[in-house]
Amino acid sequence: MDIPIPYTSTVRPDTGLYNGKLGMWLFLASEIMLFGALFSSYVLLRAGADEGTWPHGLLNIPIGAFNTLVLITSSLTVAMSWVALKASNFQRYRRFQFVTLACAAAFLGIKAWEYSEKFSHYEVWLATPLDVAAHPELAGHAVDGQTEVYSVIGHIEGAGRGWTLNSLQESNIDSIQIHPDQFHYRVGAREQGKRSKAEKAAQKSKSAADHGDAHSALTIPVSEIKRMSALVPAHSTYFATYFTLTGLHGLHVLGGAIAFAWILWPGAKLWNSDPERYTNAVEATGLFWHFVDLVWIFLFPVLYLL
Amino acid sequence: MSQNDLPHGHHEHHHGDGAAGGHHDLGFIRKYIFSTDHKVIGIQYAITSLVFLFIGFLLVLLMRWQLDHPGTPVPVVGGLLEALLGEAASEGKISADLYNSFGAMHGTIMIFLGVVPLVFGAFANYLVPLQIGAVDMAFPKWNMLSYYSYLIGGVIMLVSFFIPGGAAQAGWTSYPPLATIIPTDGQTYWLIAMVFLITSSLLGAINIITTVIQLRAPGMTWMRMPFFVWSQFVTAFLLLLAFPPLEAAAVMQLMDRLAGSSFYMPAGLVLSGQPASQLSGGGSPLLWQHLFWFLGHPEVYVLILPAMGIVSEVIANNTRKPLWGYRALVFSALTIGFLSMIVWAHHMYVTGMGVGISMFFQTTTTIISIPSVIILTCLLLSLWGASIRFTVPMLFAIAFLPMFGIGGLTGMPLAFGSSDLMLHDSYYVIGHFHYVVAPGTIFAIFAGVYYWFPKVTGRRMNDRLGHLHFWPSLLCMNLIFFPMMIQGFAGMSRRMSDGGATYAASNPANEGVIGALSDTVIGLNSFIMLAALGLALAQVPFIFNFFYSIWRGSPVLNDNPWQATTLEWQTPTPPPHGNFVEPMVVYRGPYDYSLRTDELDFETQNQPLEVA
Repeated sequence: MDIPIPYTSTVRPDTGLYNGKLGMWLFLASEIMLFGALFSSYVLLRAGADEGTWPHGLLNIPIGAFNTLVLITSSLTVAMSWVALKASNFQRYRRFQFVTLACAAAFLGIKAWEYSEKFSHYEVWLATPLDVAAHPELAGHAVDGQTEVYSVIGHIEGAGRGWTLNSLQESNIDSIQIHPDQFHYRVGAREQGKRSKAEKAAQKSKSAADHGDAHSALTIPVSEIKRMSALVPAHSTYFATYFTLTGLHGLHVLGGAIAFAWILWPGAKLWNSDPERYTNAVEATGLFWHFVDLVWIFLFPVLYLL
Repeated sequence: MSQNDLPHGHHEHHHGDGAAGGHHDLGFIRKYIFSTDHKVIGIQYAITSLVFLFIGFLLVLLMRWQLDHPGTPVPVVGGLLEALLGEAASEGKISADLYNSFGAMHGTIMIFLGVVPLVFGAFANYLVPLQIGAVDMAFPKWNMLSYYSYLIGGVIMLVSFFIPGGAAQAGWTSYPPLATIIPTDGQTYWLIAMVFLITSSLLGAINIITTVIQLRAPGMTWMRMPFFVWSQFVTAFLLLLAFPPLEAAAVMQLMDRLAGSSFYMPAGLVLSGQPASQLSGGGSPLLWQHLFWFLGHPEVYVLILPAMGIVSEVIANNTRKPLWGYRALVFSALTIGFLSMIVWAHHMYVTGMGVGISMFFQTTTTIISIPSVIILTCLLLSLWGASIRFTVPMLFAIAFLPMFGIGGLTGMPLAFGSSDLMLHDSYYVIGHFHYVVAPGTIFAIFAGVYYWFPKVTGRRMNDRLGHLHFWPSLLCMNLIFFPMMIQGFAGMSRRMSDGGATYAASNPANEGVIGALSDTVIGLNSFIMLAALGLALAQVPFIFNFFYSIWRGSPVLNDNPWQATTLEWQTPTPPPHGNFVEPMVVYRGPYDYSLRTDELDFETQNQPLEVA
């Protein structure tokens, strides 16, 4: 019962655009301002950080790289599905969009796994530094021939979600058992890859290796703890930036996937009545999808590699 | 984006009746509540934002009472306040915390829930499609969502008054660390509500821009668009590009409040004498200010550009002349739009961000006054030699010119870092920007309401009541805001809940203090409060007139009662869903007045040129 609006499916001659496409470009302009503001904040916060306070190498680079590939693949299938629609091949379009949706699900699933990995790791800042020579399990924490470490990252035995120093003191815990993580942390991409391989090999040889047994535990008295935080936004400005940016980006991926699924199933009736408009819908949503992909292509190096 | 709602978009069987307005098959709910008609949505925006404007005004009346009589129970409504807000208003007194809440919410409500939705949501929604000869907005469903997003944001803001701890207290600018550590969830409500409001204006902005670019009637070239449409077009771009950084900032402040991050919390922060040791730190309070003012300053032009557009239409119609310098107006508006994005840090001279940066921003700030002055000059020169019809809308439009002039000129001392150091955060600043927004923008809004009321309702508002509204309002506005300049020069801070009593020269604790506030300066508070009461009384005729005229006003005799040239007057009255009886074709510029010497001294835009 709405009034028919001109140029919803046809192109206005003097602009060469249909309404939806122009609307989408405008929306993307505002999205650029949104993510632009967040990236600028990242630059400002990082440039203003005190020396040595910006963590490095705390993310899983191979996984991040794989996720980048997943998202790029989905952009490709979106483009192919649109081409299929242009060629009036609805079945082919559907097949490509299945792949797109699968990629979106894979991306979000991997991201969720990465998140939960972070949430279950703790960093403990120590009142007095530990000697690496006396604690071989800390070898992964020492960079560039450091002999002492000021903080330990790993799993804490029996730790709930979001423990802090306060919660330890309140529940009268005297000491914690932490399993320093061998795998990543404070090393560059190449080194991470090497260690990842080495760890996998080690796990294969130790067939019964459950995570707790993989590393030996380190006992730290609570009185020795200066501060403690899981790898959550409260851990550091770096992780706050990481979770805000990737979380917002993840919501965009989710939104795009829902839009595609909507067009693919409940919206498919339109293909029969107005195929041009249907194709336009896929194109406009596709523009959004490519933008979301592009944001990730900036996010990956900024957060994982730099 | 709009393409997602496609399956509902088939109208084959309705082709042809769109213009006739025969949509009696819509139920009440689809027609008036969940309508996609841009005019109904415009009216929804207008009514809601007028209510918010009223609420914002009531808040400031309470604040003025508190400033004049610190710590004494509010007369008449004190008991009601206590019943509604509990301990914060015990015995009907306004506590300092409550005063802070009122201050923060007065600014927030007036700007984000009152004036912007009124000038952009209501006026642009209703008039832009009509003035360019379009049947509706480009994305009617998103338009409806825009209104509901706004409404939800507004409701969240209001609800925050009644939660434990009360509404946000850190000013409408919500500077951290204060905003982050303040012990009320009101700030969280504020941030969430802002996300809804930003979404709303984003949808509105996309809609207006797409509509103007795509749906102009044949012959409606860019330079034939009424200046009002231009002003809304530029405004939409400001909303589109300046609001998202505030959304980013709000998300980060939400993270700081809810997830314990430290985007805005510096290392080594000390709270109530205790070092905040479990805070990760490393954040920057300045970051918020940059992001906030990146929106905040374009926002000023969001408030003023549509007002200039409204005033232009009213002036052209009532001077019966083409606007003086139409092209200059258009290019000035575009220049303002661009420059307004690079002046934001003139709000931050006292943050210690550095002389070099201040220098840049004071240069751009000085430059942006040039297009503003061009617009004001064009409008002033449009009056020259005209036989002016002093109708009620015209009175408001004429009053806008000097009032905005005072508002703009008093901004100059704030544009320069050296003089801003003296005046920053004083009542002078309050006086300055209220001159721009209150007797400026709000007078333009009144002009617009009186001017387009006959088109919207089919009835005119009463002239006598209009005069009774205009003259006392003009007087009281000046009596309120001019004394604030004096108080500001005397050094009165804008943020004190006791009206300056702490720093009074008459306070024994301040004996011998140089620069303490004299009794005269503090006494101005009484003067301002009385003037504010006068302003409140002056709105009574308007409110009465508004409702009375909807049902009892004298009916208009034809569709074009002001003898105007632009296309909105070429519709039936009130315009039906689909707007025009027949598709519009445009042959002329927007202001073809005084072309003929007979009593019909104008040609409408859809009037073909006579072939000589």
